[in-house]
Amino acid sequence: MHRYLAGEDDRRRMLAAVGCSLVEDLFISVPAEVRCGELALPPARSEEEVRREFWALAGRNIAPECTASFLGAGVYRHVTPAVADALLQRGEFFTAYTPYQPEVSQGTLQAIFEFQTFVCQLTGMEVANASLYDGATAVVEAVLMAHRLLPDRPKVAVAGSLHPDYRAVLDTYCAPQSLTVITVPADAKGRLDATAFAKAVGNDVCAAVVQSPNFFGVVEDLPALGSIAKGAKAMAIQAVAEATSLGILAPGGAFGYDVVCGEAQAFGIPAAFGGPHLGFFATRQAHLRQLPGRLVGETVDTEGTRGYVLTLSTREQHIRRAKATSNICTNHGLMALAATIVLSLLGKKGVRDVALASHSTAEYLKAGIRGQGTGSRVKLAFPDAPTYNEFLVLHDDPDGLLARLKDELVLGGVSTTRFGAGLPRGFLVAATEHNTRQECDRLLDALRRLA
Amino acid sequence: MSEKRALRQREGLIFERSSPGRVGYQLPPLEVPPVDLATTIPAALLRGEIPDLPEVSEVDVVRHFTRLSKWNYSVDEGLYPLGSCTMKYNPRINEEVVRLAGLAQLHPLQPEDQVQGALALMWELEQALIAVTGMARVTLQPAAGAHGELAGMLMIRKALADRGEHRRIVLIPDSAHGTNPASAVFAGFEVVEVASTPEGTLDLGAIARHLEGGDVASLMVTVPNTLGVFEPEIVKAAEMLHERGAFLYMDGANLNAFVGVAQPGKMGVDALHINLHKTFSTPHGGGGPGAGPVAVSENLVPYLPVPMVENIGGRFTLSYDRPKSIGKVRGFYGNFGMLVRALAYIRSLGRDGLRLMAEGAVLNANYIRKELEGDYHLQYTGPSLHEVVFDDSLQAASGVKNVDIAKRLLDYGFHPPTMSFPLIVHGALMIEPTESDGIDELNAFIAAMKAIAREARENPDLVRGAPYGTPVRRLDEVRAARQPVLRWQARKA
Amino acid sequence: MANPSDRLYAKSHEWAQLKGGEATIGITQYAQEQLGDVVFVELPAAGKQVAAGGVLGNIESVKAVSELFAPVGGEVIAANGELEAHPELVNQDPYGKGWLVRLKAAGTPEGLMDAAAYEKFLAEESH
Repeated sequence: MHRYLAGEDDRRRMLAAVGCSLVEDLFISVPAEVRCGELALPPARSEEEVRREFWALAGRNIAPECTASFLGAGVYRHVTPAVADALLQRGEFFTAYTPYQPEVSQGTLQAIFEFQTFVCQLTGMEVANASLYDGATAVVEAVLMAHRLLPDRPKVAVAGSLHPDYRAVLDTYCAPQSLTVITVPADAKGRLDATAFAKAVGNDVCAAVVQSPNFFGVVEDLPALGSIAKGAKAMAIQAVAEATSLGILAPGGAFGYDVVCGEAQAFGIPAAFGGPHLGFFATRQAHLRQLPGRLVGETVDTEGTRGYVLTLSTREQHIRRAKATSNICTNHGLMALAATIVLSLLGKKGVRDVALASHSTAEYLKAGIRGQGTGSRVKLAFPDAPTYNEFLVLHDDPDGLLARLKDELVLGGVSTTRFGAGLPRGFLVAATEHNTRQECDRLLDALRRLA
Repeated sequence: MSEKRALRQREGLIFERSSPGRVGYQLPPLEVPPVDLATTIPAALLRGEIPDLPEVSEVDVVRHFTRLSKWNYSVDEGLYPLGSCTMKYNPRINEEVVRLAGLAQLHPLQPEDQVQGALALMWELEQALIAVTGMARVTLQPAAGAHGELAGMLMIRKALADRGEHRRIVLIPDSAHGTNPASAVFAGFEVVEVASTPEGTLDLGAIARHLEGGDVASLMVTVPNTLGVFEPEIVKAAEMLHERGAFLYMDGANLNAFVGVAQPGKMGVDALHINLHKTFSTPHGGGGPGAGPVAVSENLVPYLPVPMVENIGGRFTLSYDRPKSIGKVRGFYGNFGMLVRALAYIRSLGRDGLRLMAEGAVLNANYIRKELEGDYHLQYTGPSLHEVVFDDSLQAASGVKNVDIAKRLLDYGFHPPTMSFPLIVHGALMIEPTESDGIDELNAFIAAMKAIAREARENPDLVRGAPYGTPVRRLDEVRAARQPVLRWQARKA
Repeated sequence: MANPSDRLYAKSHEWAQLKGGEATIGITQYAQEQLGDVVFVELPAAGKQVAAGGVLGNIESVKAVSELFAPVGGEVIAANGELEAHPELVNQDPYGKGWLVRLKAAGTPEGLMDAAAYEKFLAEESH
């Protein structure tokens, strides 16, 4: 038998109790025509053999931890406290299910309530859900919610400076809904062109989507863009890909936005080659009934003790079925818990310090690149634009340059060639409090020599 | 009845632990010049310190979340017989390998030559899922089962459009999980519900009648169905659909019942999602993350989401050259962290172990069914595979409902079964033990259920007032819905 | 609670009280019992036109949503604004303070039952 299964004697006794001589008899209802033979897989492996196989697979990758890494474009490496993973590995948290039986799930439920609170505090919004899959699908859910609230408006105005993956996913989801997505381009300064935006957001637009900081790392003029959207009575949606930016940047909630949503991976969630990450979604109380995803609410038990439960479930698929606000069931609960733990540890001071340190580190790099003078082969794409912790550097052969940097164990950035032909040729450089001065100087020095 | 004595502290919200000046964290010293924000970002775009974020120490955080954890029931603690959820053991070797340097912090946008191991891993998992399902290819991109359903339905929609057809209807049995109709609608279809037969299975006559209209794109079906019964006519249903140019989508939530025994590829299934957090042991995490890869037949391969991992003579690449693809359904490539865990599990069990897993799941469910048949009512009496659906109709005579039985079971130290699903069984109690437990744990559960059945007859008020021994008593869900309080707020002075 | 005789009843368990060309609509005692505690009621805005048998709105309990059907057609004059803060009125007083919608009735009601016929219908349904 196997270490994850019951034993031979268990089997024998249970077979006797059900009155079968062979386990095969239990599958009598499975017709012969659908049966399969032995699976084309290797035999069972011991733990040590599994370890060896995965060590070998891991060894064929370049681990960013072994380099000076400045990769961003939607996934950011911040310093993570040791305590976070230690708590996450408690079996009571990660082997528990969705808290449908609240009396034995108060740990999960209370942690989600705390997560919802943190998201409201960070975004300046009134209500937040228990998590979505990632930033891309969070933006999609916001747009679909806008369409439910404004069903007679078939268009969506989207910033051209939105993360290309977020845009790609939005296109996939909008196609069957007969929603037309219009792109409003960024201007020469890397910011959304406000005039073009005003033109695009007419009274046939249900949702106006702005990312800030945007895909190029540039901080958008949220108040101006929000006014334009509200003026047209469209839903103003702010997308956030680098959630630590909310430590120093005013969120959409301060400017009357209807939704602030996006990706919270930056709060201590491992890059993990792209997932699982953490979608967050916050909106106004007025839109509560159209909010997608799970919600945890406070209540009391029969003895008046405070407790928490999943609530307003009639919005969701298991009750509303075809008319649900979303089809989401399993969300990203454990990642929400991870972010809640990290946010608790960072607290009021830490959330700000992380943002200031990340911003300062990026500014140091920008100054260093500017300082290389007009003769340099690398140039800031938007030298005058305000950025948070990421910026676009122009170069005519970004892939070649980045490969040379990699040979010196510097992962200098993400080439824009990864995202198709429409973007300026260069690479996005992201910095966080994780990057030391020494690493920064290595990057600047390598750029000087190798560009 | 098992008595539980535990030291349990009352613990408030993390915000209520806050005390000015406490810090939980120390950053490394800033070695670059600290920036004066006034010089880099326009003032109108800045914010100050967020006033009500908590100030707690690292010790506060450890105490807080450790105490919270002790209020949770979990698979690690005991049997978790939630029907349709497959709450099996979550092996720790999976947790170890996913945290390896070289996997944990890998950035998805590192050039391919830097991530050959990760791509190889994804390709290996795809091959393993092909071996299990007998399908042609598998996308690993969807983040959950419902997400996979959406991807599958979008592929079907695209395949039809490719033929110049725009069929509007998806047929869904009344026993289906709520995500099925929700996903179909999000994919732009209309849902037509098909009533099940008196045996709780697919009504082929009804399906045939709907197919005559020529507007049916697909049938969505769960196999075995949500009663735990194998659909005896699944092959016939597939043939009927294909004859009319329609597709068969399978909800793979119940795959644990027949891995190594049968294959969807042989049933005529065109697409199915696989819940890695069910059949393949990735942890439920208190509500995710999961992963919902979708396996497809040859005719749907062109429509798979981009990118797909290709193996060209041992060199792995992400292929975006898929002109008929439905596009992307999420950022990057998939919930890689869950893919790692699932592959480690498949390697741990191996070809024989996976079959033993399904056999164990079915045997455990049938054992429970046999032992409880006399105590609880069984509406549908066809052979059960990995789950059995009882209902509360015998107990209803003394005013005890399924929710009361569930709450009383908490006092006996077990998580209750799934309640009130499928919708075709009133007062349902869906029990899926999985293969993880041996006869002793199952006997303890059976004894608890028998005791509650006796209590329902002899002392129904006791059952209706349960639970008594949990960290909180029964919670007022009506109040939570009528007066929603969805966040903590600082009390205003 | 007996079903009041001054109104008509639909098979979908709504009642309609007709007076001077206006119809006040609510759900019956049986309906509120079946639903359980009402947590939210979604009602139409004034001016909305609805056909007899058409969907007026939704009533939600914790675990279920039920559609509300119009026993008579017409134009909505008002919805019961008190229910936003006090949805429990539907349970406590379904024939009085728990009324749902008032509309300008269009045409004569068809297929509705009087109180006695409704009670008979309920008795038959429960078998």
